[in-house]
Amino acid sequence: MPDYATLAAYLGTVVISVPFALMFYLGGTTLIGRKRSESATASAVAATTGVGLIAGLMVLGIMLLNDTQHVVVSFGDWVHVETPVTEKPFHFAIKFVFDRLSVPFTALTYLLFGTIGVFATKYMHREEGYNRFFTLYSLFLAGMVTAALAGTIETLFFGWELVGLSSALLVGFFHKRPAPVRNAFRVWVVYRISDAALLLAAVVLHHMSSGGDFDKLTGYQQIDGHDVAAWPYGVCRLPANQVFIVGLLLIIAAAGKSALIPFSGWLPRAMEGPTPSSAVFYGALSVHLGAYLLLRLDPLLDASPALSAIIVVLGLATAIFAALTARVQTDIKSALAFASLTQVGLIVAEIGLGWRYIPLVHILGHACLRTMQFVRAPSVIRDRHAIEYAIGDRLPRDSGSLGMFGVRVYRFALERGHLDAILDRVFCAPFLGLFRGIDRFERRIAIAVNDDQPKVEAPVATPSLSPVEEHAI
Amino acid sequence: MNLLSLPWAEVAIGIPLIGAILVRTVRDPARADRVAIVSTILVLVASLFAWASVGTETALCPWGACLTFFGRPIFTVDRLSGPLLPLVALLHVLTVLSTSRVKRNRTSYTGHLIGEAARLATFSCIEPWPLIALLAFSTIPPYIEMAQRGLRSRLYVWHMLAFVVLLVSGWFAVESKWTVGPILILAAVLVRSGTFPAHLWVVDLFERATFGTALLFATPIAGVYVALRLVIPNAPDVVLQTIGIASLVTAIYAAGLAVVQTDVRRFFAYTFLSHASIVLVGLELHTSLSLTGALGMWVSVALSLGGLGLCLRAVEARYGRLSLTRHLGLYEKSPMLAIGFLLTGFGCIGFPGTAGFIANELLVDGAIEANPIVGVALVFAAMLNSIAIVRVYLLLFTGTQNTSSVPLDVTWRERVAMLTLFALILSGGLVPNIWIHERYEAARSLNLFPEGRTVAP
Repeated sequence: MPDYATLAAYLGTVVISVPFALMFYLGGTTLIGRKRSESATASAVAATTGVGLIAGLMVLGIMLLNDTQHVVVSFGDWVHVETPVTEKPFHFAIKFVFDRLSVPFTALTYLLFGTIGVFATKYMHREEGYNRFFTLYSLFLAGMVTAALAGTIETLFFGWELVGLSSALLVGFFHKRPAPVRNAFRVWVVYRISDAALLLAAVVLHHMSSGGDFDKLTGYQQIDGHDVAAWPYGVCRLPANQVFIVGLLLIIAAAGKSALIPFSGWLPRAMEGPTPSSAVFYGALSVHLGAYLLLRLDPLLDASPALSAIIVVLGLATAIFAALTARVQTDIKSALAFASLTQVGLIVAEIGLGWRYIPLVHILGHACLRTMQFVRAPSVIRDRHAIEYAIGDRLPRDSGSLGMFGVRVYRFALERGHLDAILDRVFCAPFLGLFRGIDRFERRIAIAVNDDQPKVEAPVATPSLSPVEEHAI
Repeated sequence: MNLLSLPWAEVAIGIPLIGAILVRTVRDPARADRVAIVSTILVLVASLFAWASVGTETALCPWGACLTFFGRPIFTVDRLSGPLLPLVALLHVLTVLSTSRVKRNRTSYTGHLIGEAARLATFSCIEPWPLIALLAFSTIPPYIEMAQRGLRSRLYVWHMLAFVVLLVSGWFAVESKWTVGPILILAAVLVRSGTFPAHLWVVDLFERATFGTALLFATPIAGVYVALRLVIPNAPDVVLQTIGIASLVTAIYAAGLAVVQTDVRRFFAYTFLSHASIVLVGLELHTSLSLTGALGMWVSVALSLGGLGLCLRAVEARYGRLSLTRHLGLYEKSPMLAIGFLLTGFGCIGFPGTAGFIANELLVDGAIEANPIVGVALVFAAMLNSIAIVRVYLLLFTGTQNTSSVPLDVTWRERVAMLTLFALILSGGLVPNIWIHERYEAARSLNLFPEGRTVAP
């Protein structure tokens, strides 16, 4: 009788390791300045995603065969600090969990990465920056797999950060033009706000549970007389007042990553990146990572009706906003971005309503559909023109109707809810104004004390970005 | 008696002095450059031996070769200073390695080597008066350089004078058991660390001195060393809290200013100030986690900031003084420098996978334990720093097409320097346990943990 648990753990290690192997191969050759051929890069991407997907499906098969809901792959303590007896010890465990939530999400990740990887090898053929694209692509894969399988909040944060960095750099992939670069910066700023919230939540949770393990945080539930820790049967073990604070931080983190209100403005901007990365990041995986975070820490939401209510309101508001805005977009990728956001809003609302499997299935279905739409987007317009040319007339267009508040709603949707402008005016402009004023003051003091100017004086406070992006900090 | 029982600290300090004498006898800049490289590499080797000798019988000076002060050895390498010596030596090696050929005529290798000797002596000195003398001496080379270049440096001179006066009078007061003593030393530490409002000299130094000189003077964060040797072990809680509050304000203030800079050197200066302040905040909190995190961050930040500075220096050597008022699009011409900028920049902020990640986690964890508001403020400062770093990356390396027809990628020497930095930053991030454990033991050996502190009345 084979030891299925050990086999599953070995296969799990393969699932986790292959994205990092790909990342080290692509990143390492870039760092030492060694040129790679397109075919070598494509083969490496195909091989690693193939191996990862097969290993992941085998883990799933073993879990189904053995009726196991929870396979843990632990690499021990990455860092362990034995503190004095008066303080809690610190340990940073590298632990991954295969359960009903992480396995489908990981399989989805590998499936879409493999598919889009193959698509991208053709789409990006002879494109300047081909290797850079796939290096960042591998970084994103490593981040997604780490975040999806994380068994501790710190490990999740590790993956979360990798996803953010690779996303922002891929938005600015066409870096010879200023617009993608500005949009990448906007995305980065929002991601950093989200990351900061998650870091604080992680540290607080780590502190409360002396380790940050999800098992310890969410505890066990009795099912048929047995202790069950696997998702979605966790129970919250934290005091209610602390749950609310941590929950709010998690909501901010999720809102930033999933482009919920008021951070929705970055999603259409992210479409400046290459179509393959737009498809897999903002149509399928990255945009769902916030919802995934809420699902992973669902016992905290169950413990606080107020948090659940906030999530429902946030999700529905985002869905309504995105549904309206999607209808007035004039380019296909922006329309798809807002359509995607509509579904993400609904998924978040479903999580707030206490459902667990429905949002998970919704994520899986929506990710696959939207990836297909994004990949199809460049050619669908050409096809439409071809059909119109063939029939000698225009195809009927869905002009839609916005009801009795038509004009106002139209303007609201056209301006994308003024969300970016509000954030700029309320937060960015005062911040920039304050620090620019301080900077001018400090320069004057330095000149007055030294009684001369520095040898090379850079122009003071000249806008370095366009008027709108200027306020993105 | 074995190899490790040699007085390696003295050897490491002596080599650059001999190298400086040799360089003075050489007229050809290329030969002077080679002498400087050999000297700094030998210093690095000696400093690694000095680190390895921590805990051996070196302190007993078996050959009587140690310099003494009233019968006590002046230079002693302990757990705190052990990794600092190779760090300082490495920064000097990398600085010489990455000095471009066109700048060799104007580079003062003698000043570079004497400065290295002074910094190594400072970081291996634990006797208060010799330490104060070395700190005072190390303020002179940047002044001489600015004077030789005909630049006014009143801001720098006034601050450094204040630093030396406060330090001398403070330690005199401490020895005389006057209660004002720790406060005066505290003020000296705040000035030397560039804590708000005594921070303008750092920005001015980076604007006026050569980048290499300013970098080597600032990035080892000598103010933290002074705080650890002279203030924190014996200071009353109110002094520690003052350091903490002032440093916390500076961390956010400088990070905010880094975000809006229009000149690369000013950006670097404010980024340095913010990170140096974050390290000081960690030291003040005196939980074992925050202390371990702060000591870990000190080295990782010095390494990463040093690397970031060297990247910017290399970019300046190619394109002149860099303005942040428009996109420069240098990625296509200098991709290695772009990658180096990002990697070292993320090393500074403690991005996952870099040497500072776990240290940053420990620091924030310790801060949350001591005071949640401090933890939130530290995360906010780190967020602003990361925004500033990516903003400058995007402005320097992207956004337009650089049409220069001259090849501007890194030379093999710069590539070696970059790859060394990458290896250290990434290996520290992948295998952090050894490093963090070492820093924990360093904090414990200094009796810095709450139960180990002997607080002055």
